Amino acid sequence: MPNTVDIYVPCDAAALSVGANEVAEAIAREAAARDASVRIIRNGSRGMFWLEPLVEVATAKGRVAYGPVRPQDVAPMFDAWLGGTAHRLLLGPTDEIAYLKNQERLTFVRCGIIDPLSLEDYEAHGGLAGLRKAVATPLPQVVAEVLEAGLRGRGGAGFPAAIKWKTVAETEASQKYICCNADEGDSGTFADRMLMEGDPGSLIEGMAIAALATGATEGYVYIRSEYPQAIATMQAAIDLWEAAGLLGDNVAGSGKAFRLHVRRGAGAYICGEESSMLESLEGRRGVVRAKPPIPAISGLNGKPTVVNNVLTLASVPVIIAKGAAHYKAFGMGRSRGTQAFQLAGNVRQGGLVEKAFGVTLRELVETFGGGSATGRPIRAIQVGGPLGAYVPNSQLDLPMDYEAFAAAGAMVGHGGIVVFDDSVDMAQQARFAFEFCAIESCGKCTPCRIGAVRGKETVDKIIAGQDVAKNLALVADLCETMTDGSLCAMGGLTPMPVQSAIKHWPEDFRGRTPPRKGSETIQIPAAE
Amino acid sequence: MQDDRPGRTDSSADPVRDGQVTAICQRHGNQPGELIEILHDVQTALGFVPDGVLPVIAQALNLSRAEVYGVRTFYHDFHAEPAGKHILQLCRAEACQAMGCERLAASLAKSLGIAFGETTEDGAITLRAVYCLGNCGLAPAAMLDGRLIGRADAQVIATALAAAKAGR
Repeated sequence: MPNTVDIYVPCDAAALSVGANEVAEAIAREAAARDASVRIIRNGSRGMFWLEPLVEVATAKGRVAYGPVRPQDVAPMFDAWLGGTAHRLLLGPTDEIAYLKNQERLTFVRCGIIDPLSLEDYEAHGGLAGLRKAVATPLPQVVAEVLEAGLRGRGGAGFPAAIKWKTVAETEASQKYICCNADEGDSGTFADRMLMEGDPGSLIEGMAIAALATGATEGYVYIRSEYPQAIATMQAAIDLWEAAGLLGDNVAGSGKAFRLHVRRGAGAYICGEESSMLESLEGRRGVVRAKPPIPAISGLNGKPTVVNNVLTLASVPVIIAKGAAHYKAFGMGRSRGTQAFQLAGNVRQGGLVEKAFGVTLRELVETFGGGSATGRPIRAIQVGGPLGAYVPNSQLDLPMDYEAFAAAGAMVGHGGIVVFDDSVDMAQQARFAFEFCAIESCGKCTPCRIGAVRGKETVDKIIAGQDVAKNLALVADLCETMTDGSLCAMGGLTPMPVQSAIKHWPEDFRGRTPPRKGSETIQIPAAE
Repeated sequence: MQDDRPGRTDSSADPVRDGQVTAICQRHGNQPGELIEILHDVQTALGFVPDGVLPVIAQALNLSRAEVYGVRTFYHDFHAEPAGKHILQLCRAEACQAMGCERLAASLAKSLGIAFGETTEDGAITLRAVYCLGNCGLAPAAMLDGRLIGRADAQVIATALAAAKAGR
């Protein structure tokens, strides 16, 4: 190989989970043995997990990809490179892979391309343009731009981000905070993790812009403890930004201070709820707070606080850099911009697909996802996490739009999509929804604390064939109480997966049916 | 009289251990807001968060023992009992269910001879359930001593356990 060749091996947790470190070691060993000059760059993931570890080689014609690569593939790959032939794992130019080529990446534009811990890389690929522009813009104009872009909270609720910012900016206080909710606890979601591990700069930049716009001087990123790689990468990136004068007493020459800290969660699902997260940040039990007051007026330590999800904040730099009109041009109806859809569970091509709102569930699951991993027919798709509805095949043509999904009794949420094949037993899934809520409920409000336990018991009776009609009516009644009477989304939305399962798959709730082929009874212990 | 209510036992007073915990609290400026970080650090240092250290933390942070006990027991991460030498967590949330994690859970429990939440008799392995490791595109997911494992099956986990036991 002539000169030094750049080889990219991801350090994203998903890639590491299937041996990316071992592949990187094998490449280093092989290069040394052959006296080949290579530079191994640890990038983030491109989000095509079925191809991980995805190794990219820089060539005169751009980066070309190989995957999935095992350590034992490395020597034959070197043989092919040196012999000028194509190795069987060659996928071609990375950007030409249909899965990537057909995406519209705004928030994840750099993820998987840059070294997450190189500020030089970050800036060379468009980073810092938003922050520099924000420093030079009158601050109300920054908030107005985010409002105009129509950016809604990507954590699931879809609340307009700029409304929170405006409230914090206009509230007088001695101290204000920006808190990033990186407690990505929903099954079927990994976009926050992927971004923090692959392009932490865009989150830091978004938080810095939010701080300037609202007058906040302290910030926290609350990351779940299940994400050690994301915690380490975020902390290292923050240290880099501080050393470069982009955080600290004088953010990017603005004359304003903003200090950013990483805080670990401790395995409580409920801490993804914003007020519970604030309690946890204050060192207490993650018990939900009653609203009002809203966090924008009285949040962390009783001070005005912006609480936004990772992807909400990480979408801000591109909005400021390229303008609201550019961002708004993507999407449909009141869902503007792009969403990071996450294909998970029983899907052949699991990964991250950033697309403008309006893409249909069918395009995502069939065209991008390639159908089920097991090759069996798809029976149910849970969209929006454990609190989202199970969607049947008849609704595959629904466009991914907050309002369209709500009208169909479902929710887009954070864009997590979990695919199940025809071996799934929907009564077991309904039971699990209640049981999970029972384990993870903070216990503050009765509908959630007691309702989840009673719900699980009642579904058990239905499964056992005990007074099925009567118990189904009881579940419906209980769901109504939980929806209307719970303090937060945990108790309020647990009925959504339950009721959608009963509505679309009533045949699974007739009691005493023999278990579906391949299905299992789920008896879960508490997370420990 | 011995006060043996939870969080109040200090029968196993251990000056060395308590000194370690006091130092951890000091490193966090004895700030009550840092309690969760402190509990993480204590667990890293001691392997668990014994009842005996709760009064030490409470005193350092100027909190009541009840408050510290309440926080330790709220969060799944913190354990009052020591764990085995290696901790194996298996994700049992929806995306992993869709890829058969329940079958894997049953076979793991059977091959280790323990239930979830328990430690093998030789103290080598603790088996725990976890709800989402953020590796839902490569389900089922597991984690061994903080190292994520994708596309987990009985074979992959057995290999990882053998490597961990051999200190690799």
